[in-house]
Amino acid sequence: MIGLSHYLIVSAILFSIGLVGVLRRRNLLMLFFATEVMLNAVNIAFAAISHYYNDLTGQMFAFFIIAIAASEVAVGLGILIVLYKKYGSLDLDDLASMRG
Amino acid sequence: MYEIVAFYLFSALTIGLFLITVLSKNVLYAMTSLAAGMVLISGFFFILGADFLGVVQLIVYVGAIMALYSFAMMFFDATRDIKEKNTNNTLVFLLGGLSALVLVLMFAAPIYSDTIVALYPMTEGVGNAQDVGMVLFTKYLIPFEVAAVMLLVAMIAGIILAGKKMDESLTEDMSADDEIMIVKDDK
Repeated sequence: MIGLSHYLIVSAILFSIGLVGVLRRRNLLMLFFATEVMLNAVNIAFAAISHYYNDLTGQMFAFFIIAIAASEVAVGLGILIVLYKKYGSLDLDDLASMRG
Repeated sequence: MYEIVAFYLFSALTIGLFLITVLSKNVLYAMTSLAAGMVLISGFFFILGADFLGVVQLIVYVGAIMALYSFAMMFFDATRDIKEKNTNNTLVFLLGGLSALVLVLMFAAPIYSDTIVALYPMTEGVGNAQDVGMVLFTKYLIPFEVAAVMLLVAMIAGIILAGKKMDESLTEDMSADDEIMIVKDDK
């Protein structure tokens, strides 16, 4: 039988994959993909805990995370399009306007 | 038995697909594998008995978000490989793994204590969708409404940001004057 820890381990692996993507990527669109991976990993953990503790709160939080992901994508892609119109590139190194 | 096979199959496939998403140089490959991984994650939800969550995952993530990404990809040059200069890859992998481990331990530690009690326990003899509805529209009604307002704000922001003639039509109101002139000429 599969225990809660199996699901949590899968969720942790997926979360670390997403985090590596966020740290490693230089392209903004790819960075968005990596954040989606992280959000999905957290959703798996919520659903698993909700199942094993016989509690609906985890599923509720997963719903709100999905809603937040949807609005994040809508606003973020709009910003990406504006940035692409202005700079012609989505690379983070090209977008750095303050030379620090 | 089927549950175990499905769990290991789904987890192996999801990890592989998300690795492609994170490591691939091509935007098209990354997006396709992300969509496939999200479909498989809805499989996890169905195994866990969260039917409604699985359906929402399919509709919202695979249906809406991936469609939005593929539309946005048409604005950018998607067929060209992305050139990124990556410095010190091993350090990034080490840092990412370590900080993810710390985060997971931080959030998983309270779960293993014995004091957790179900706040809204699942009702016996009621389907998952009905159960979710009963909790969502009684206990979580205000967060639900706030989420609705947030989605409306996000929709308006997306329309305004991605609108085509943003720099003209938002600042100068030339077209409105023209319409008034035409109406006057007709009379």
